[in-house]
Amino acid sequence: MLGLNRQDTALLIIVAVLTLLAPFILNPFPEGSGLATLNAGYPDLMQRFVIYGIFAIGFNILFGLTGYLSFGHAAFLGVGSYAAVWMFKLIGMQVIPAVLFSMAISAILALGIGYVSLRRSGIYFSILTLAFAQMCYNLAYSVLGNPNSRFNLTNGETGLQLTLDDPRILGVQRTPDGGIPVPNFFGIEMRDSYDLHLGDWVFTFSGGYYFAAAVMLIAFYIAIRIFRSPFGLMLRGVKSNQTRLYYTGINARPYTLAAFVISGTYAGLAGGLLACMDPLAGAERMQWTASGEVVLMTILGGAGTLIGPVLGAGFIKYFENIFSKINDNVLHGWFAFLPDGLEDFMVTLVHPFVGKGWHLTLGILFMLVVIFLPGGLVEGGQRILGLFRRRKAPPPGPDPEHHPKPTPHVAE
Amino acid sequence: MGILEVKNVSKSFGGLKALRDVNLSVAEHSVHAIIGPNGAGKSTLLNVLVGKLVPDTGSVMFDGQSLLGRKPYEINQMGISRVFQTPEIFGDLTVIENVMIPCFAKRDGVFRMHAFETVENEAEIVAQAEAALADVGMLERRDMHAAALSRGDKRRLELAMCLVQEPRLLLLDEPTAGMARADTNRTIELLRQIHAKRDITMVIIEHDMHVVFSLAQRITVLAQGAPLVEDTPENIKGHPKVREAYLGEAA
Ligand SMILES: Nc1ncnc2c1ncn2[C@@H]1O[C@H](COP(=O)(O)OP(=O)(O)OP(=O)(O)O)[C@@H](O)[C@H]1O
Ligand SMILES: [Mg+2]
Repeated sequence: MLGLNRQDTALLIIVAVLTLLAPFILNPFPEGSGLATLNAGYPDLMQRFVIYGIFAIGFNILFGLTGYLSFGHAAFLGVGSYAAVWMFKLIGMQVIPAVLFSMAISAILALGIGYVSLRRSGIYFSILTLAFAQMCYNLAYSVLGNPNSRFNLTNGETGLQLTLDDPRILGVQRTPDGGIPVPNFFGIEMRDSYDLHLGDWVFTFSGGYYFAAAVMLIAFYIAIRIFRSPFGLMLRGVKSNQTRLYYTGINARPYTLAAFVISGTYAGLAGGLLACMDPLAGAERMQWTASGEVVLMTILGGAGTLIGPVLGAGFIKYFENIFSKINDNVLHGWFAFLPDGLEDFMVTLVHPFVGKGWHLTLGILFMLVVIFLPGGLVEGGQRILGLFRRRKAPPPGPDPEHHPKPTPHVAE
Repeated sequence: MGILEVKNVSKSFGGLKALRDVNLSVAEHSVHAIIGPNGAGKSTLLNVLVGKLVPDTGSVMFDGQSLLGRKPYEINQMGISRVFQTPEIFGDLTVIENVMIPCFAKRDGVFRMHAFETVENEAEIVAQAEAALADVGMLERRDMHAAALSRGDKRRLELAMCLVQEPRLLLLDEPTAGMARADTNRTIELLRQIHAKRDITMVIIEHDMHVVFSLAQRITVLAQGAPLVEDTPENIKGHPKVREAYLGEAA
């Protein structure tokens, strides 16, 4: 289907179904129950899952395929957000032109940064991208953001926001009731949402989430096509043995540059979508921690795999938003069934790992994955599947651990 | 005038003179062997030919065009392929993918952005790659990870990767080192067939005299960076200087 083989079609369909049903899947606990804190099915977070999924899918096209580790991809994310907000200010609140502009601007920036950074490889490449991203951050934070200058592109520390005086030449300056209009996709507003009450459960369907999810599915589909294409094969060749590529008549540089621009464009798209969900842009989105986060997402999920980066993005965003919310009150609620002394003990025990300590949990988890599952969560999933398969399949012989190869032809 | 003309090429690494005033003329459609003791400068000479090293002096002409100052991929696209002394393959890719990359390089040149075709659907490329694998007797290893191959199989794979490009000049740096006797003979036979069928010139560096004398029409003996003698295999076998400098040591 759509030019994909059976396995990839199945993967795409599974991802599509999970994304569409996410409002149900992510809200397994009834409202008001003690475990409702763990629910992730609210629009703001679901939007982040898919948007950072796009960011990580794009990052993986560069890092997963070519092995070039960029430490500056947040620059493209941030630039994408600024570009989208400018479209909302100047043109109108339609999201399509905004994200297209985000992609175009970040692609141009990626072309420039990639052209220079790709002259080096390994750690030098990483440092160059980091340096460029820090430059972009500083430009956004101060140089291009002086509110008193006529050339104020980013509005500095305050961040770029919509105002009632923005021209919006193809849209409306203000809504009938005098407010700032909301980004919309042909009339569907990004912050529109609908609550479905089923018994004790509440499921929220958000316009913004479904728009971002649709874009993520397209982005995922394109990534699969790239992975399976001759271009993707060359990129894997770059990672595996660049020397061989050069002596095979192939110039690796334009291939890596193309991969860099594509992944920068993905990042710009993600940044644009963030601005669509919440039309403001600040320099902190470009900080090096944001660049590091997408590296973690990709490695945690499984670099070079198709679905890994999406899983990694979901994982990290879940921790960042859910674990950080668990405070001592919630913990006391969970352990209330225990005798008092034990309850306090458990709360003290768990306390450092939740709330403000969520970084600690994530760090430990990351360490465990890198040490025991170098292929990331995807490798973990494959191992679990493998266990099931082995259990289900009839034992191949008296010794289940021993798989003899099919006997070669007798004549050999 | 040979297809490959090396004139007065010298190359030093610091104080070490790896090549001293090397002259070499390889006739079109011949198999030309270069032999010599370890450290004689044989691989260094190939490195100069493929654009990995720039010589301190001298010139290198291939088919009337200078190779100096060209990038390795340009030199390859001119029709020169090389098998390395330590196999250079794509370890993370499968065997068939290893061979498909040179097929694409031959078809599409140094860069072509085929981001929306699917590798599996490139029937012609797949067929070419499979035929090349069949030639070197590795078709049954088609879907293995290249890194998992034995040393001899890696060499055969690299040879398939070079042959599939149908180069005009094939440079072989110890193509049978690490191979079992049967595979060595098979490789000799394959190179012989290829040489008979195609318009191809081969330069082969080998320590295994069985391979050299089975294939070569001319032999250059290199010692301490300089050519000692160049002659036919028959004459080389009996040459006193050669026996002293090289064959005696090998025996
Ligand atoms: N890049 C380099 N830097 C410094 N010295 C080098 C370099 N390449 C080769 N040499 C030296 O140049 C000399 C010739 O090396 P070369 O590899 O050409 O020998 P060879 O004839 O191929 O030997 P072998 O039969 O062992 O492969 C050796 O002394 C080697 O150490
Ligand atoms: Mg050598």
